[in-house]
Amino acid sequence: MQTTTEKREIVKRLQAKVDALQGLGRPADVISRTGFAPFESAFPDRIFPVGTVHEFLSDESSHAACTNGFIAGLASTFLNKDGICLWIGRNRKVFPPGLKHFGITPSNVIFVDLHKQNDLLWAIEEALKCDALTSVVGEIRDLGFTESRRLQLAVEKSGVTGFIHCHKPKAKGSSACTTRWRVTPGMSFTPGGLPGIGHAVWDVELLKVRNGKPGSWRIGWIGNRFMTVDDRRLPDTLEELQVG
Amino acid sequence: MARYASLYFPYLLTDYVSRKQSEYRGQAFVMAVSERGRMIVKAVSPPANKKGIFPGMVVADCKAIFPDLIVLKTDPQRTKKLLTALAEWCIGYTPFVALDLPDGLILDTSGCTHLWGGEQRYLENISARLNAYGYDVRTAIADTIGTAWAMARFGCEPVVKSGRERQALSGLPPSALRLEENVLGRLKKLGLLTISSFFDMPDSALRRRFGPALPHRIRQALGSEVEMIQPVRPVEPYQQRLPSLEPVCSADGIAIALQELLQQLCKRFESEGVGLRSGIFKAYRIDGDVQKIEIGTKLASCNVSHLFRLFEHKIGTFEPELGFELFVLEASKVDQVSNEQGAMWNASAENDVKVAELLDRLAAKMRPDCIRRYLPAEHYWPERSVQEAISLGDKPVTSWRTDIARPVHLLMKPEIIEVAFVLPDYPPIFFLHKGEKHEVVNADGPERIEQEWWIEEGKFRDYYSVEDAHGSRFWLFRLGPYDENPKWFLHGFFA
Repeated sequence: MQTTTEKREIVKRLQAKVDALQGLGRPADVISRTGFAPFESAFPDRIFPVGTVHEFLSDESSHAACTNGFIAGLASTFLNKDGICLWIGRNRKVFPPGLKHFGITPSNVIFVDLHKQNDLLWAIEEALKCDALTSVVGEIRDLGFTESRRLQLAVEKSGVTGFIHCHKPKAKGSSACTTRWRVTPGMSFTPGGLPGIGHAVWDVELLKVRNGKPGSWRIGWIGNRFMTVDDRRLPDTLEELQVG
Repeated sequence: MARYASLYFPYLLTDYVSRKQSEYRGQAFVMAVSERGRMIVKAVSPPANKKGIFPGMVVADCKAIFPDLIVLKTDPQRTKKLLTALAEWCIGYTPFVALDLPDGLILDTSGCTHLWGGEQRYLENISARLNAYGYDVRTAIADTIGTAWAMARFGCEPVVKSGRERQALSGLPPSALRLEENVLGRLKKLGLLTISSFFDMPDSALRRRFGPALPHRIRQALGSEVEMIQPVRPVEPYQQRLPSLEPVCSADGIAIALQELLQQLCKRFESEGVGLRSGIFKAYRIDGDVQKIEIGTKLASCNVSHLFRLFEHKIGTFEPELGFELFVLEASKVDQVSNEQGAMWNASAENDVKVAELLDRLAAKMRPDCIRRYLPAEHYWPERSVQEAISLGDKPVTSWRTDIARPVHLLMKPEIIEVAFVLPDYPPIFFLHKGEKHEVVNADGPERIEQEWWIEEGKFRDYYSVEDAHGSRFWLFRLGPYDENPKWFLHGFFA
C-alpha cells in the first residue's frame, strides 16, 4: 500500500509529463526555479515553463527596451552560464554590453539581422528546431496563429525556449504560444529613497497563460534576480547593495 | 608517372582571323607588325606558306614574290591573349594547362586521359574539336615536356610510351630540342643534322662547344631533369571533377553530380582530418560558359548532407540551356577539424557543430553578413566599445564591463532632441523627442566620454541617464561644452 505522499509524487510526475505533451513545456531546473519566485504562482504547478514559446507585446520604443531587458532577465535565470542564445530581429537596437547587466554574457549571443518578415519567421523556426541552443529571441512585428503554431511545434521537438517579441503589432489575435506578456516601465527603485536612477522596475502583465492564471506584478531586477517591489524587504536589499 | 601533352598551332593567328572573318578563309594573307621601320611578317596563312612565305620575312620582300598578298596588321600581344583563351578552354581536359609561347600549349594529362578512353582518343578528341573551330593543331603525349614538344612539331608518333623518349627523339633534327638560333647554326655547321648524332656525346664536351643550353635541353627531354611549368589557373589543392558524357540540363542531374562530388571530396577530407570552410561548385556549359555557386561554413565541415543542403538553395540559379558537360567542386579554404573546438563555449563539441550548421544554413539562405557576434573592445566611446567577432571560436580577451551602466537599446544614429534646463551641467528638466514631451524626474550624470583624437576628431559627449514620469529610462548626451550652444541627442533606452 502506497502512502498518500508517494501517490501525490507519482501524480505530480505524470502531470509534468502530460504538460510536456500538451506543449506547456518542461519544468525549469529546480535550482533555477527560485529566480521566478515573484510570478511562479501564475503557472501550472508553480513552475515556469521552458521548452516552449513565450510571446511579448510592446508598443513604444522605451517599452520595447524594457521588454528586451525582461526577456534577457528571464533567459539568464534559466540559462546556464555558457548556453548559446540566438537573437533574431529586424533593425536591431540591442546593445550587447547592456545585456551583461541582466546576467547574459553578450559574447554568447549570436545576432541575426534580417529584413523581411518571412525570412525572420523562417530563421526563428530553424533556430527553434536546433536543440543545441538554449533560447531564441525573435523580434518581429506580428505573429499570426499559424506561425505561432509552427513555432510551438518546433520547440516541442527540440526543447528550446523561444521568446517572441512583437513590437507594434497590427493585430493582437490569438496565438498558440504558452504565455503572452506585456512589460511596461515603472518608476525605478532606489533603496532608502536615494536620488538618481535605481534598479530597473517593470509593470509585468501576464495576459495569457495556458493552464495557469494570468496576473500582474510590479517587479524589479535587483541583485541579478527578479524581486517583487511591493513587498520587498528593504534592509536585505540595502545590505546587498553595500556588499555589491 | 607524369604525362604531358603538347599542342602545337602552326597557324594560330591566321586560323583565328579566318575563323572570325570568313572573307579571308582560304586566302593567302600574312599578319605583320612594324619593327624598326619595316613591316615584319609574324604569321602566315597556309596558302601563303605554300607560296614560300615564312614568318620573319619583310613584307616588301613577300610582295615581290607574290604581289597579290594580303597584309593585315596585328599586335604583338595578340598571340598571348589567344593562347590564354585556348588554355582556359583546355581546362575541360585537364586542370593543369600552361602556355608555351609563341605557338603552343602544354597540358599535364596525368590521370585525365582514361576518362576519354586512352591517350590516343584523348588527343583525337582535342584535335577534332579544335579542328571544328578552324584551328590546325598537332598534338603529342610523352613522359616529358621536351619530348612531347618535339613530337608535336617534328614527329610522326603522337603517343610516346614511357621510356621510349630516346628512340623517338633520335631521328629528329636538333631544332626539336628547343634551342637558340646560334646553337642550331653551329650544330649544322658541324654536320650534326639529327639528334642521334650527338646524343651519346658526353655532357662536358657538348657544354664546352655549344654552351650549357644543349645538355640542359637533352636532360629535360629525357626526363633526367625536371621541368616546371606555370599553369594558367593555379590548381586548387582540393578539387573534384566530374565530366559527363551527355550534357546535363536538369536540376536533378546537377544535384546528383554535386552529391557525387561532395562524397568524393568529403572522403578525402576525412582521411586528411580537414573540413571545408568555403567551396565553389562550377559547371561548364557546352557553349563555353562557366557558372558557379559558392558557400561558406563557420566551422570546418566534412558532412556531406550538411554541405549539400548549403548548396541546394542555389542550384536553381544555374542556367543549363543546352546542358553542362563538366562539374568541378573546389574547396578554396579548408581548416583542420579539431576536437578542441568543443571548448568554444564550454558546450559539447556536438552542440558547436549543430549551431555552426544552423548558422551556415542561415548564411546560405540569407546573406552571410547577417550573422554577428560581439566581443568587448577597450573603448569608452559607445559605438566603439564592441567589436565584431571574426570566427565562432573567438573568446573575449577582456571582460565585459559592468561597473558603468549601459543601455539595453542603443540607437544606430543618435536622434536629436530639444531640451530645457535650468543650470549648466545639470540634466534637462524636460526634453522633446519626436514631438513627445518627457518630463525628467530622476537623473544620473554627467558621464563625460571624450572622443578618441587618435581615431577621430570631434567634441566630447556628456551622457545623462534620465527617467521620465512614466518610468521610461533614456540615455541622453550633450555634444560639446555647455557654453557653445551644444546640441542634445537621445542615444539609447535603458530597460
